Amino acid sequence: MIRLGVPSKGRLMEKTFDWFGQRGLTLRRTGSDRDYAAEVEGVEGLELVLVSAGEVPQALAEGRLHMGVTGSDLIREKLAGWDQIVRPLAPMGFGGADLVIAVPKYWVDVETLDDLDAAAAAFRRRHGHRLRIATKYHRLVREFLREEGVADYQLVDSQGATEGTVKAETAEAIADITSTGETLRANGLKILTGGLIHSSQATLYKSRRADWSDADRTLLAELTRRLGL
Amino acid sequence: MTPAIRAEAARLAAHFAAAGAEPVETAILQEAGVLLDLYGEDIRARAYVTYDPLRGEMMLRPDFTVPLVRAHMDSGRAEARYAYAGEVFRRQEEETGRPSEYIQVGFEVFGGTFPEADAEVFSVISGALDGLPLRAVTGDIALIVAAVSGLQTLPARKAALLRHIWRPRRFRALMERFAGRAPAPAGRAALLAAADPFAEAGPEIGKRTGAEIAERLRLLAEDAAAPPISAGELALIDEILGLRAPLPEAIGALEEIAMALPAIEPALTRLRQRTEALAARGLSPDALDFEASFGRTALEYYDGFVFGLVAPGRPDLPALATGGRYDALTRVLGGGRAAPAVGGVIRPELVLELKGEAP
Repeated sequence: MIRLGVPSKGRLMEKTFDWFGQRGLTLRRTGSDRDYAAEVEGVEGLELVLVSAGEVPQALAEGRLHMGVTGSDLIREKLAGWDQIVRPLAPMGFGGADLVIAVPKYWVDVETLDDLDAAAAAFRRRHGHRLRIATKYHRLVREFLREEGVADYQLVDSQGATEGTVKAETAEAIADITSTGETLRANGLKILTGGLIHSSQATLYKSRRADWSDADRTLLAELTRRLGL
Repeated sequence: MTPAIRAEAARLAAHFAAAGAEPVETAILQEAGVLLDLYGEDIRARAYVTYDPLRGEMMLRPDFTVPLVRAHMDSGRAEARYAYAGEVFRRQEEETGRPSEYIQVGFEVFGGTFPEADAEVFSVISGALDGLPLRAVTGDIALIVAAVSGLQTLPARKAALLRHIWRPRRFRALMERFAGRAPAPAGRAALLAAADPFAEAGPEIGKRTGAEIAERLRLLAEDAAAPPISAGELALIDEILGLRAPLPEAIGALEEIAMALPAIEPALTRLRQRTEALAARGLSPDALDFEASFGRTALEYYDGFVFGLVAPGRPDLPALATGGRYDALTRVLGGGRAAPAVGGVIRPELVLELKGEAP
């Protein structure tokens, strides 16, 4: 039995259902609106599981799901060495957003990561603490800044309304997901040149950690053919 | 941790005790704030962070040096030799096959005299591994510091380069920019020429003030007006950073470089003095390699002599022993005081692996 996890709510769920539907695989919810039961029409051996997109990475890593749909940002943030754990089968073309570093537009002297690094050094000398970057993507941001050789910053956790942290003076800069940049601009922020950390989109993943029986593999081959992967 | 590793750790610790070190212990749980201020956010990727409801963020010790320096500076003692053996914890963010918990056995000398203390630490550490087929690599961070400090360029540029000695990629990018080989960001010239650089800035938000931004604009203008670091100086820095040779040959090469870059002369004198002190302890300079960039990526608190003992033909094994001088760290952690400090560690499980005895 192959367990396929798809987002349980909202536009991400609808778009996922559409994506499979356009490829001839009808996903639908069963039972009432309130329980998370669902099924795939006319495919034996494929169980549909509705889960929060944020829980898909861990479920794939533990092998509780054979396949799953979630954002590539979540996979990379939550799974260290992600490419050893899951294999992307198909980028799905929706749910696109960029993880970027943004600073106040008022910082006319800061356009690049070079500038950010220099500003962070001066900021630390002046204020006695490292320049704070608010984010919920700790691993991705830290890896990126280490790779780029930026120092004298600290990450502060922000699980929502991250764009507002600069005005609230709980952070000096942010690293967050944006699709149009509109919310950033509305909050007086601008995106750094060279500050694109990851371009994310909804992606169908296969778990390398789940148990794949011979029957599962046969079914996977048929599914990939039907989905045109 | 197997009994065999513990036995090897005990053997090494006894060797250090016989060399005059007193045994010390440090807590496994360390205040995260001290380590974060020292190493920056990168340490979170390498150390285990945990939370204590009373004491806040804590880390499982990633090494002994920081707690040992704090304990020594608090003790008020002038000179001391310490030996320790215990677990350190290193988080792995990728599947590397490296252990995330292993034993370090260390020997540290505080308040010793230069260059004898450098030679003593190296001699005691390498003596503990006598008979093993190891290659000794040495380096000297002070030499790089001296070379950068001696460049004919703005103090701000030198400060920026010195800050990034331990981040080779950013160091390289800064060198390219200061040498005029990388273009300035688009719009930078127009910004610096603008009558009011804040004309389109939008509202002042956040803790970084307009005065701080104006100050940086002043520095950027100063930088833009300054001549680039010359191609000749750039080549000299590259030559130093790329230097890899047996120690006597490396000293010869550095003597030639010093004719064009006399600022490295004092550091070079210290390198010669250390080499003599090593020879006086029976360590032939011909058997020691010198790699100027050794220690630039892993050992970020060392600021002088650095060394490692590595197993040739075993790229799968990290260095069995590493060490160096870290005077600057004692100043950072000493609350206004400083002490000369040199030390090193051995990893007993790697010793057993090299000996072919399954740990």
